[in-house]
Amino acid sequence: MSKPFLSVENLTQIYPDGQGGDLTVFEDATFGVEKGEFVVILGHSGCGKSTIMNILAGLAEPSSGVVKMDGFEVSGPSLDRGVVFQNYSLLPWLSTLKNVTFGVAARHPEWSRQQVIDHSKNYLAMVGLEGDVIHRKPSQLSGGMRQRVSIARAFANHPKLLLLDEPFGALDALTRGTIQDELLKIWGGTEQTVFMITHDIDEAILLADRILLMSNGPFARVAESVEITIPRPRNRTDIVEHANYYAIRNHLVHFLGQRSKEISGKAKGSATNRPETVRIDRTGPAADGPGDAPRRLRAVIT
Amino acid sequence: MAKLSLNQRAALLSVILLVVTILIWEAAIPAQQAVGELTEYERLTGGGAPRAGVPAPSQVIVKAWEELSNPFYDAGPNDKGIGIQIGYSLYRVLTGYLLAALVAIPLGFLIGMSQVAFKALNPFIQVLRPISPLAWMPLALFIIQDSEASAIFVIFICSIWPMLINTAFGVAGVRQDWVNVARTHELGHLRTAFTVILPAAAPTIVTGMRISIGIAWLVIVAAEMLVGGTGIGYYVWNEWNNLDLTSVVFSILMIGIVGMLLDCAFGVVQRAVAYVE
Repeated sequence: MSKPFLSVENLTQIYPDGQGGDLTVFEDATFGVEKGEFVVILGHSGCGKSTIMNILAGLAEPSSGVVKMDGFEVSGPSLDRGVVFQNYSLLPWLSTLKNVTFGVAARHPEWSRQQVIDHSKNYLAMVGLEGDVIHRKPSQLSGGMRQRVSIARAFANHPKLLLLDEPFGALDALTRGTIQDELLKIWGGTEQTVFMITHDIDEAILLADRILLMSNGPFARVAESVEITIPRPRNRTDIVEHANYYAIRNHLVHFLGQRSKEISGKAKGSATNRPETVRIDRTGPAADGPGDAPRRLRAVIT
Repeated sequence: MAKLSLNQRAALLSVILLVVTILIWEAAIPAQQAVGELTEYERLTGGGAPRAGVPAPSQVIVKAWEELSNPFYDAGPNDKGIGIQIGYSLYRVLTGYLLAALVAIPLGFLIGMSQVAFKALNPFIQVLRPISPLAWMPLALFIIQDSEASAIFVIFICSIWPMLINTAFGVAGVRQDWVNVARTHELGHLRTAFTVILPAAAPTIVTGMRISIGIAWLVIVAAEMLVGGTGIGYYVWNEWNNLDLTSVVFSILMIGIVGMLLDCAFGVVQRAVAYVE
């Protein structure tokens, strides 16, 4: 099988522990992401999720290992990899619209001013920001609206890979639900490849094609790759009715609650560093026909 | 009374304080005795000559009216209007200050961006900063050989430190998130400096500029007393030599008013660059 679109190979991160020694956060993380796939990574704090995200974004350097996108090694940040940060990272002295045009103008320096503004307004409208709101400063917006701006800024640039670093972590549950729906809607219209960090299991199931599970740090590793065998388009109220939902959810809860601790530190045992692919499907072969089969589902082997 | 807003009440109190102060001041100055009431002995010992004393506010107001109604007259080196004197002082302050800004802000950027530059330059800054700017005057006069330029140099050296330190502090304190936004958008160093770091650090930089202009205005008075010739500082000292205390009091008030206007101007700039996180 050919190389996946994004391939992460033997990524290891070692920090000095402050007492003269070294602390290995994660070791030999190896996985792939296909084009158009929505992959979510789940794990406890301290397992190095954010570090992996920063390495993918090019904002940090791994101690060893490589990241290849489209066959090229990633080094340094690039417009091809858009990032939505947990704390929104909007520039507070610019208006909402200017925060988006800032990105669009950087992506398309050859565009006219009007083109940049129109394009930005389109994407702001897609996340429900229209009218006077777009001329307000980020400090005059609610947390949910700020994250919408941040998402619009990222999508407006059509990056080859979109990185979401706990984008809904700072939002209340109701707002989070609304914006998750908006994210699904805006993502559904594109073939955008997304890599996302979250702490929220239900959010992960709702959004992801595949969930990567990390064991606890230090010496964390990407232990499992769980396919979400629930067909799209998904809807937060309907997916809980799906036969696979609780089976998958229970598997994830069990992993995070218990096994992530048990297998932590025992990395070198297996012959391969690749995550074990887990596919849970309770719908049976009859229901898994061509019409019902999840469109975006595929096994990924690096 | 209860209907007055906070600002109205404050303004009322200000006016009352002003009036009371002026009345007490006026009452505290003993009236000049009329020559006719003096004894012959007093007349012979010079009691009838006009006595130099602290002027009453009414005299200061008359003087102020006189000066301000014709601020730009020029009747020779020792008799120029208050407007001309203040103009000279402002010219020196702004020249020295702008030169200082041209050096301090780029240098502060460099120091703020680079840990090495910060650590290397910090000892020099710490030694040079506490030196009273007037202490440079003899050296400046000797090297530059020009009193006008020396005064400007003194302003330069006193206004450079707050701008330098605040710029370095502001630039170093720019949130990494914002720098990351610039990096993920592939902005070059120059564009990152101008579109992200400068606006992010601007409130801190302008605060430094505001402190600097205040210090520069404090120092110019003393510097002009030393170098002489023109300027509001020279004017104060000249009027003291003339024993014209009314003019001294009037010019002290003018120094305060100009200083306040300079500060207000920077207050406006500060509000323009401020942002809420």
